Amino acid sequence: MPSFASPATQRSGDVTGTLRLLALLAVSIGLIVADHRGGWLDQVRAHAGVAMQPVWWLAGLPSRLARSVREDAVTRSLLSEDNHRLRNELLVANARLARLQAAAEENTHLRQLLGAAGSGGLDVQLAPILDIDLDPTRQRLVLRAGSRDGVSQGQTVIDAGGVVGQVIQTAPGTAVVLLLTDLDHAVPVMVARTGVRLVAFGQGRSDALRLPNVPLSSDVRVGDELVTSGLGGRFPAGFPVGTITALAPDDSRAFLVGSVDPAARLDRGRDVLLLRELAPAPVVPPAVDAPRSAEGAGAEEEPAGIDAASAGASPEDAP
Amino acid sequence: MRRVANGWVLPVSVLVAILLGLVPLPEMLQPLRPYWLALVVAYWVIEDNERLGLVFAFSMGLLADLAFGSILGEQALRLTVMAFILQRFRTQLRFFPMAQQALAIGGLLFNDRVVSAAVHLALGVEQVPWTYWLAPVAGMLLWAPVYLVMDALRFRRRGR
Repeated sequence: MPSFASPATQRSGDVTGTLRLLALLAVSIGLIVADHRGGWLDQVRAHAGVAMQPVWWLAGLPSRLARSVREDAVTRSLLSEDNHRLRNELLVANARLARLQAAAEENTHLRQLLGAAGSGGLDVQLAPILDIDLDPTRQRLVLRAGSRDGVSQGQTVIDAGGVVGQVIQTAPGTAVVLLLTDLDHAVPVMVARTGVRLVAFGQGRSDALRLPNVPLSSDVRVGDELVTSGLGGRFPAGFPVGTITALAPDDSRAFLVGSVDPAARLDRGRDVLLLRELAPAPVVPPAVDAPRSAEGAGAEEEPAGIDAASAGASPEDAP
Repeated sequence: MRRVANGWVLPVSVLVAILLGLVPLPEMLQPLRPYWLALVVAYWVIEDNERLGLVFAFSMGLLADLAFGSILGEQALRLTVMAFILQRFRTQLRFFPMAQQALAIGGLLFNDRVVSAAVHLALGVEQVPWTYWLAPVAGMLLWAPVYLVMDALRFRRRGR
């Protein structure tokens, strides 16, 4: 350590300070470039993720506490009112389910007739979101479930609306999800109405996806629903991705660029569902197992999610 | 040797700063979230210059990058730049009245936003919305409380 005793040593201290600055700047720029371009720092990140787990857990604590306090404070009448409403909703949902089941059976039957491979049964796992704010420019989520709970890299993450993203990193108690809307993310999609296949890219904003290179001649319109096409094998086919909100010619005027409103609620939810693909066995009803302490209040949204997810893929229990 | 005994204040302050950076805020307030870690690092660089300097700022930035999931090295770069400027003007800063010091910190935090924007621009990464440029103001207003709390913690420790 330089001591600042005399002007002469102070000057030499300045020089070493500047040199140190330059060295550190070089190191950090090197890291930035390596992280941004190379991606070989993933290993480092994975290890650091384990170390950061308690920090994330701590940071999520206040909001968890606040939620539990709020939930404890709800009065009895409110609870019974809730109960009543949920009962009614369950009834309606069950009725709808019964109809869907008939449709699903018919679908499997028709598929068998066609000799086509049915879409595999889907097993989902409920995972609570660890409520922390990561870097606002990167579209990521941290889940309070990790490799200890059977989460693995590459798993598809959905919510009641549609696809949320995929797991890119797992630690024993946490997992990091890359959202559809991240700049690095692309998902193969299909226009539900016509079957035109496209790729939707994230653009770093939580409210829109970009749909570049749409051929002028293709049958794509504003308002079309997009679902995953299953190409590439990362995402299973048939999950809603979003709705096209705008189409405009790109710079070359040879293609159209679309803007897509994501179907999933990406900005803030409480829980998400992780898909685990099973062997194609369409008769197995999807099992929802809530790992560890899944919040009870969050559960009201879940049945709808499973519905949407596996409708047509696997019949569920009749009411 | 009055600054030897404060062993626990340093790691605790850094941990708290990182936690405050991660704690979820309502969407409206999110852009106003002050850069707590910068405030804490600034405090230590000003007050404990002999032990803590550029390398300290760099490693804290790296730690924050891992915690916040930002691009690895980005915050390290930002904090290193800030610490360097602070070191240069440290002698003046220490004798500024609190209000003037806060203004200087505000300027540094603003500069930090510029550095961050430059990094994002160079990498072609999405820029943060313009409202995030208000965060330095929040940081500036919080400088005095942060400074006083940290000083009080160290002072109490010293008196024991």
